Amino acid sequence: MATKTLNGSQIVLRALKDQGVDVAFGLPGGVLLPFYDEIYQQNELKHILVRHEQGAMHAAEGYARANDKVGVVIVTSGPGATNTITGLVDAMMDSIPLVCITGQVPTALIGNDAFQEADTTGITRPCTKHNYLVKDVNDLARIMHEAFLVARSGRPGPVLVDIPKDIFLAEGPYVGPSKVEHKTYRPKVKGDFTDIKEAVKMMAAAKKPIFYCGGGVINSGPNASKLLTKLIKMTGYPCTLTLMGLGAFPASEKQYLGMLGMHGTYEANLAMHDCDLIINIGARFDDRVTGRLDGFSPNSKRIHVDIDPSSINKNVLVDLAIIGDAGHILEDMIKAWKSEQAIPNKKALGQWWEKIEGWRKVDSLKYKSTKKVIEPQFFLERVAALTKGKNAYFSTDVGQHQMWAAQYLPFEEPNRWLTSGGLGTMGYGLPAAMGAQVAHKDALCVCVTSEGSFMMNLQELATCVEYKLPVKVFLLYNAYLGMVRQWQEMFHGERYSASVLESHPDFVKLAEAFGMTGLMAETPDQVDDIIQQTLDIDGPVLTVAKINRTAKVFPMIPAGAAHNEIILGEKDLPDDAQNNTDAMVLT
Amino acid sequence: MNIRDKELRLHTISVLVDNESGVLARVIGLFSGRGYNISSLTVAEVDGEIRTSKITIVTRGTYQVIEQIKAQLQRLVPIHKVVDLTVDGPSVERELALIKVKGVGEKRVEALRIADIFRASVVDSSNESFVFEIIGRTQKLDAFIELMQPLGLVDISRTGIAAISRGPEAM
Ligand SMILES: Cc1ncc(C[n+]2csc(CCOP(=O)(O)OP(=O)(O)O)c2C)c(N)n1
Repeated sequence: MATKTLNGSQIVLRALKDQGVDVAFGLPGGVLLPFYDEIYQQNELKHILVRHEQGAMHAAEGYARANDKVGVVIVTSGPGATNTITGLVDAMMDSIPLVCITGQVPTALIGNDAFQEADTTGITRPCTKHNYLVKDVNDLARIMHEAFLVARSGRPGPVLVDIPKDIFLAEGPYVGPSKVEHKTYRPKVKGDFTDIKEAVKMMAAAKKPIFYCGGGVINSGPNASKLLTKLIKMTGYPCTLTLMGLGAFPASEKQYLGMLGMHGTYEANLAMHDCDLIINIGARFDDRVTGRLDGFSPNSKRIHVDIDPSSINKNVLVDLAIIGDAGHILEDMIKAWKSEQAIPNKKALGQWWEKIEGWRKVDSLKYKSTKKVIEPQFFLERVAALTKGKNAYFSTDVGQHQMWAAQYLPFEEPNRWLTSGGLGTMGYGLPAAMGAQVAHKDALCVCVTSEGSFMMNLQELATCVEYKLPVKVFLLYNAYLGMVRQWQEMFHGERYSASVLESHPDFVKLAEAFGMTGLMAETPDQVDDIIQQTLDIDGPVLTVAKINRTAKVFPMIPAGAAHNEIILGEKDLPDDAQNNTDAMVLT
Repeated sequence: MNIRDKELRLHTISVLVDNESGVLARVIGLFSGRGYNISSLTVAEVDGEIRTSKITIVTRGTYQVIEQIKAQLQRLVPIHKVVDLTVDGPSVERELALIKVKGVGEKRVEALRIADIFRASVVDSSNESFVFEIIGRTQKLDAFIELMQPLGLVDISRTGIAAISRGPEAM
């Protein structure tokens, strides 16, 4: 039977359908006209027209993260493609599966500095897990399927497919996904069972163990979080999560110590410092987590479970590495824990918990509230309280508000927390919440942001309005690039160089100009009412809370310090903090 | 080999890749982007039918860095296999150099005599110059070049190292 030929545009659409894609975020341009013409004449793929290609990227990331699926982006050549760079690197750093389709000038013009030509595969090579330039329509279907395979398997990441205009128009054969097998790419999924048994032995022998888990658990799928929770409960050991891992273990569990790292809780960081065994599942010993490496957890043995061999011994040397998918390995760990009849050292564990409870009593997230001004922590606690049980999705931008959100919003399930961890991309929040809302039409999707970040992608409000995406934006207004200001106050002699936002729009009017509702809370007594109104309004809402302008994120481990050098609050600041020149790198 | 060993060592890494466009840029970009050093790099197609190429890279680093490099290479999608010839058993390494020496009279004779000792062959000659071809280990090439220096050395072209494991096994 001869394979039916289709044109390139139809091949791409057919491949998207066969890959289970029903929505894509994009913005057209010259070289994409044939493709968009084909999109117009079908209704299997829903196309969300964004207002900026960066918005499409973060929307696809939010969609992917909230939905455990591959996010798809379609952008034009040249500036369309270059506008995706931040999103590609963001997805790369946080291991988010994306397929980004970029249009390219016709094959015959490539290399001639044609109108809107950019060397897209050249520019994006270090920003993608893999990329392709399609030079022959006969390869198009295979490349599309490969792109999805590579994006979603192993350590997930963004894959870019650059398609010249003439390839969209050329006729070629279509092959289905089952016919495509990759020549070289074979990520390891199952962990070595001997190593897993060894890990379980180490776990049972530990006196002061701690689970340190991250985004790898979330990437492995919702079942991995269930298995993790089961294993942690079986052992009775404490657990801390990274920023990317929030939701992998329920925040309400007693064994949960909160987030660790630069703005992690006292108990999580001190337990990491003091433990004798770290059981790392799907986290990567990021520098924001470890603090100063030579002061990191000085007396511990380390087990590291990761799907990416290059994560092993990259920053922190480990004693036992298990390469594979977190879900599979957790399943085997549970099996081994049972078959080896592992019994933790009850007495040691009791003492360990006693110590941890002592640290927990310090209550490192406590803050002072007044009746006059809204404390950001208070606002977020009220958001948490009033959205409780609504199974909400939360995105954030980057800065102080992001850290407060991570500290004060409790996550019970995976895939509910969307934040830019690795790259720390201001402008991520609104489009990401929009993407989550596209994935979950009826769910509550909230973006916690602040004006510095929000202004970087606020054009997507128009997209929210157009597609009736009822995203709720809570903007913690401080008229500063708050996190920059915090570092300047603490480490740069209160010289507020370029961190004061002198001019700002009237955000309520801005929302109205976009055709949505804008609300504003200025005092603590308005907070509950405003939050409730925001949630009750049918449609997107931009709600501004004027917060204490000089509030700071605590606890804090300054850059270049160790976990036990954690600063709990204002009074705890060391005298020489201002001379700490290491403290130059920002979140 | 100990992961805590802080000593810098040269490693010869053999990488079998799909010969698709951009693959060399991917490998080189990885080295420059992550700040790894490249002492020598060679690349050529080794199987025209299935279109695979072999890249041989000589790099310097601590054990931990070398392990990182191998893992990072393995992560690249079009890569079939990565082998560290320096630690994975005995191997042979060869390099070829073309060396141009300009001179007349006694120096010219001396250059020829040394070339003979080194088993370098003359692949081009004129009244006042020779081009020698020499094949061997890097150290041998270095030694030859050093001896040619005072005898009118004017130009050098080296291929970089090609290497393969000893014994019957394929990579
Ligand atoms: C695109 C981008 N540019 C610059 C930074 C550096 N940076 C980190 S936090 C921050 C301030 C963020 O201000 P805002 O969004 O108002 O949040 P706040 O800290 O006030 O909560 C800046 C500029 C960044 N993370 N991303």
